Amino acid sequence: MTAGSESESVPVKNRTTVERTSDREVVVTRTINGPARMVFEAFTRAELFRRWWVPKSMGMTLLSCELDARVGGQYRLVFDFAPEPMAFFGTYVDVTPHSRLAWTNDEGGEGGSVTTVTFEEESGKTVVVVTETYPSKEALDAAGTGAADAMFETFDQLDELLVVLRESAAK
Amino acid sequence: MVQYITTRIDTSFAALSDATRRGVLEQLGRADASITELADKFHMTLTGMKKHVGVLEQAGLVTTKKIGRVRRCELGPRRLDEATAWLESYRERWDARFDELESVVSELTRKEKSDDRRKRK
Repeated sequence: MTAGSESESVPVKNRTTVERTSDREVVVTRTINGPARMVFEAFTRAELFRRWWVPKSMGMTLLSCELDARVGGQYRLVFDFAPEPMAFFGTYVDVTPHSRLAWTNDEGGEGGSVTTVTFEEESGKTVVVVTETYPSKEALDAAGTGAADAMFETFDQLDELLVVLRESAAK
Repeated sequence: MVQYITTRIDTSFAALSDATRRGVLEQLGRADASITELADKFHMTLTGMKKHVGVLEQAGLVTTKKIGRVRRCELGPRRLDEATAWLESYRERWDARFDELESVVSELTRKEKSDDRRKRK
């Protein structure tokens, strides 16, 4: 290997896969270039976490982010949202450094999901597996495939149309 | 063309601007229904419900077909791939997240390497 090639080479983009493994469970898998302890840190330290958890494409602004990543510790994320800010919060139920993390999602009251994340290091890379488990099939369906989504899809469509509209207006 | 698109936007916004129509979409998300069933559910006259369904149908959010004497309503064609679409939007959200995570981790790695170098000096 020639000197400097390491920092200049563009790594092949790692793939994210999603699988609905049961009526009430969804599993997301992704390999991250980096050791497990760093990925774990990025999950558990608020100042790092807030830099990636809400990518720009989600179109939301994170106002505050507090993580107390200990078993029994709480987390709280507050988003800018109309008419008032929206909070997501819950409790860490498993914190095993560099290998496993689990938290509850309590903002919806009873029947919230539990998120479990495992980190497995393989030759300098880390396989991250996120499992979201809902208490029932209905809860999972409501989380994703309800009419609210139909509406967001529609608004996405409208966004696309607005782009076309602007483009043709500019001509 | 512009006129056509503007009309489509207006139609969709109009379709979604009404609480009953949003309720109808939610209802059809659970199961197909006849106009009569929908009218009952929302305590409306058949004529009133026909109007609402008509608006949703124009916006492509609902399709209807006549079976015998009954008009059945279901979510529009975009909803057929609902499960796939849901998984894909879920995947895209996580993919974007993980891309950001990757850049945070690579920054940490670079930082650690340069800290190590400094320490060794």
